[in-house]
Amino acid sequence: MIGFATRRLLQALIVMLVVALLAFTMFRFVGDPINQMVGIETSIEDREALRERLGLNDPIAIQFVRFITKAAQFDFGTSYQFQQPVSDLFAKRIPATLELSFASAMFALIVGIPMGIYAGLNRDSAISKLFLSVSLVGISLPTFFIGILLIFLFSVTLQWLPSFGRGETVQIGSWWTTGFLTVSGLKALILPSITLGLYQMTLIMRLIRAEMLEVIRTDYIKFAKARGLPDRLVNFRHALKNTLVPVITITGLQLGAIIAFATITETVFQWPGMGLMFLQAVQNVDIPIMSAYLLLTAFLFVAINFIVDILYFFIDPRLRVGRP
Amino acid sequence: MSDVTNASDAPKSRWAKITDSDLFHSFLRSKVTVVAAFGTTILFFLAFLAPWISPHDPFDLASLSIMDARVPPVWMEFSDPRFILGTDDQGRDLLSGIFYGMRISLIVGFCSVLSAAVLGISLGLVAGYMGGRIDAIIMRVADVQLTFPAILIALLIDGIANGIFGNIDREVFAFYILIVALTLSFWVQYARTVRGSTMVEKNKEYVQAARVIGLPSIVIMARHILPNVMGPVLVIATINLALAIVTEATLSFLGVGMPPTQPSLGTLIAVGNDFLYSGEWWIAIFPGLALALLVLNVNLLGDWLRDALNPKLR
Amino acid sequence: MKTKTMFMAAAIAAAGTVSSVQAETLKFSFQGTLNALDPYSLNETFTLSALGNAYEGLTRRGADLQIEPALAERWEIVEPNRWRFFLRKGVKFHNGNDFTADDVAFSVERVRSEGSDLTTRVPADAKIEIVDDYTVDFVLSGPNPILHYEWDTFYIMDKEWTEANNAAKVTSASDTTANYAALNANGTGPFKITSHEAGVQTKYEKHAGWWDEAQHNLDGVEFTPIGSDATRVAALLSGEMDMVYPIPVQDIKRINDNSGTVALTGPELRTIFLGMDQMRDELIYSDVKGKNPFKDARVRKAFYQAINIEAIKQKVMRNLATPSAIMISPFMFSKAGDFQRYPYDPDASKALLAEAGYADGFTVGMDCPNDRYVNDEAICQAVAAMLARVGVKVDLNAQPKAKYFAKILASGGYDTSFYLLGWTPGSFDSYNVLSNLMNCRDETGAGSPFNNGGWCDEKVDSLTGQILSEIDPAKRDDMIAEAYKITHDNVYYIPLHQQGLAWGVADNVDLVQRADNQFHFRFVTKN
Repeated sequence: MIGFATRRLLQALIVMLVVALLAFTMFRFVGDPINQMVGIETSIEDREALRERLGLNDPIAIQFVRFITKAAQFDFGTSYQFQQPVSDLFAKRIPATLELSFASAMFALIVGIPMGIYAGLNRDSAISKLFLSVSLVGISLPTFFIGILLIFLFSVTLQWLPSFGRGETVQIGSWWTTGFLTVSGLKALILPSITLGLYQMTLIMRLIRAEMLEVIRTDYIKFAKARGLPDRLVNFRHALKNTLVPVITITGLQLGAIIAFATITETVFQWPGMGLMFLQAVQNVDIPIMSAYLLLTAFLFVAINFIVDILYFFIDPRLRVGRP
Repeated sequence: MSDVTNASDAPKSRWAKITDSDLFHSFLRSKVTVVAAFGTTILFFLAFLAPWISPHDPFDLASLSIMDARVPPVWMEFSDPRFILGTDDQGRDLLSGIFYGMRISLIVGFCSVLSAAVLGISLGLVAGYMGGRIDAIIMRVADVQLTFPAILIALLIDGIANGIFGNIDREVFAFYILIVALTLSFWVQYARTVRGSTMVEKNKEYVQAARVIGLPSIVIMARHILPNVMGPVLVIATINLALAIVTEATLSFLGVGMPPTQPSLGTLIAVGNDFLYSGEWWIAIFPGLALALLVLNVNLLGDWLRDALNPKLR
Repeated sequence: MKTKTMFMAAAIAAAGTVSSVQAETLKFSFQGTLNALDPYSLNETFTLSALGNAYEGLTRRGADLQIEPALAERWEIVEPNRWRFFLRKGVKFHNGNDFTADDVAFSVERVRSEGSDLTTRVPADAKIEIVDDYTVDFVLSGPNPILHYEWDTFYIMDKEWTEANNAAKVTSASDTTANYAALNANGTGPFKITSHEAGVQTKYEKHAGWWDEAQHNLDGVEFTPIGSDATRVAALLSGEMDMVYPIPVQDIKRINDNSGTVALTGPELRTIFLGMDQMRDELIYSDVKGKNPFKDARVRKAFYQAINIEAIKQKVMRNLATPSAIMISPFMFSKAGDFQRYPYDPDASKALLAEAGYADGFTVGMDCPNDRYVNDEAICQAVAAMLARVGVKVDLNAQPKAKYFAKILASGGYDTSFYLLGWTPGSFDSYNVLSNLMNCRDETGAGSPFNNGGWCDEKVDSLTGQILSEIDPAKRDDMIAEAYKITHDNVYYIPLHQQGLAWGVADNVDLVQRADNQFHFRFVTKN
């Protein structure tokens, strides 16, 4: 066990190093940060002096080592645009992204699971087909377009819901801000959560449906029905329980995807999270923010993978090295 | 010897049986699927025949006149009979733009799905069959890959291409950048699926027998294992085609998709977005409808394929 | 359970402190972010405009952009090379400190120090002499009639406050810790900044002790950046915002038709133009080898006459643009009326191309930004289509501004053959245009850094030198007109238009839309 965990940990570390290297090389090619840091009328000598001060003229190997050493201490440098430490900026933005991701995941589960159960139990009913088709239409349109259509309908035309931002937020502790405790905060969450969670909702609904279809054909469910247990009890006590295991696994893995896709939703709704900051950073070639974002998401994925690996180890020792 | 031939023949004949009877039967049984297949075929035809059936050539700049910009569809006031669905902000005929755009979206989709499948299947086969260190390396590479969403990969490839080729010509390179980006973000799925199935298959008797008689690994992988792991791959490929088309649209919104002089459906929507509030809804809505129809039909086919190929549901 | 109770209690307590929205709070949005609050760290219109509500310069510009006294009550040129500024008495910074000559001297040194992006506001060789607490002299190395033209955005900082907070050095991106002045502001202006979260929200509060009589009736202002055009317009239409800018030209009608909102439009000072590489012997992006077609004035004129500027104005800009014959807005040059565009004439254009030896046209690559100017990419596409009609094939390469500027400016080695650029002279004066865009330069850009095409006309160069030190306005204007005429006759540039400003405003808000696209709260009333 210890050996296995150490080996995995080492591999995870190597993965992080590779991501760091990729992030680092990528950002050398994205564009010239100097142009973003100064106005158009700044002279060439001043630009060169700034480049020198930022260490952009040092050999690449030296820049990389400097980058890794600092990143390991959570020091991602100072943002070129905002002139604040990147770690401070992320600390402020992370609550917004996590709350949005959480609300989207909740939306996906709360709407997706019942629809999936219904569609699984009533395979051929018209309503099931409707669920399937409508959810497909939802994922057939790109996220940004859905978001803009929702704004057009609910903010501009009906004026029910806000079109941007988090509404009023409440400070909890020293750095967490929440939109869950105010009416405007909750209202502001609705449209972005739907936009972001639509894809996962469809996914969960279809997964549940497929699992249900399989489970209700298994012998023990048939046996339970044959014993004369009421349908409702069989469906929910026995069948549903069996379908939930893969759903939980998938939901866990999809959390990462939600956070990654939040970038687009946050851009459309001007949601002040780290995805919005990342895309703005890409436009403005703010390298420290881009590196930090990439390393953070990479860390998240690697951590989830690592935990899943360890869990599999306990569940099925035969899979020691391999993972299905 | 006879064991081997029997074992390797058996899956083939099973496959043939499915296409001949079961699959076709289940196809006809599902009306939705028949409609979807019909719709998909029509859309594919429209897209691939675009140069011959489009009323205008939207890529020929000399034929565009800015004075024709934002003409509404024919049933509205101030329309122009030359432009059935109206024109975009550059005076491009929308109907032709949609045909051509669909063509580009589909080509991007097919190319990326094909190259992702080839890459993913090869790596998955090798990883599953060889195991050990090779497996570990490939799967860790897959982990790294998963940390980069398609958006990031596209930005990365775009940036690197810029760095290597000097300043690139978007009109030429955007297409290849998209393919590479989508390929890189999709291959992991194939690799993981194929690796899983391969690990199961390689312990089966027919593979062990093949190994005993000394067939080279590459032959065993390609001739014996591959046909048995293709079912799920087909499903993933169909779903991915739909996903690739939508992702390409999103990338256009972020400015790393097809350039507006050679618009894909996504580019047309991204451009049309700016005109939603000003009442010129047709610029975004028609390409949006076309995209939704295309993706919906492909997804429906993928759905049916998944159910039909799932032995537990038959 | 216990933690949950505590959590709720904390939440309720905090909820009580959420400030209720008052009628006199103006909420506005801009497409870009306000990054740092240090007034010398970024020479960019919006940043200077947003900070100009909290900070003030010795001068300011009024609603019509005329220079007015601000922190200096008046000034005079006592000798040709010595300017004397008499400072306003009784002015206090937001923290209560007095404004004196020391603060001016301190600010002059700070704005010229390393890391400042506004070093050109005060000439490097100018000396400042403190005469008394409320009088300062600037000693120059030569006459300079436009010394104070950009001082409305050279903001005066409080020496004591800045030094006490270790912010005497200008915030620089290479700093490892945040500079106090980047996160806090202490000016003399009509509003103080009470909170600033970069990229999210900035809150202003009325400064009760402002020296000038307040025209506005605001208690506070909230600024939120919204990057997406559609979302920004939606926020105005849905009543969540009192004012947003800029708005896309196509949404002007919608905003006007919507009850409760109106679109304010006006001419902007920025001139949009096309430039051509006239320096290299062979174009980087072209199928013409061994020679540079743009070195031939007939080719340049053919390009000029192929462009239907009226169609661009009507269809791309929806009439929110003023076609221009020269490279500066008529608001900033009295003799602008003497110039006329070459007429749109595709036949003449084809004839000129044939005469120059390109009867079958040629291919040229064009660089264009897609997020910098109003409908920049759409203009380039329209130009490409128009040139296609006279046989010139344009390969358009439209990119976000970060990549675009990195490519076409000096830092990218002027890697372009044909490009679109916009220029606003920060001093509101032609000297800025001539010296930046129209003088000879070498490969590194020395001489005239933004003359990307690298054309060189000795006569224009010598006129520029004379214009700098000429005190007599009439003579000066004559020389400027002569320089512009040379540029026009030789078609060194293809000017397109001055783009328009478009702001979306709620009906109950009154404000002043300045032609330099700066938004000042001191002109705002909200009912």
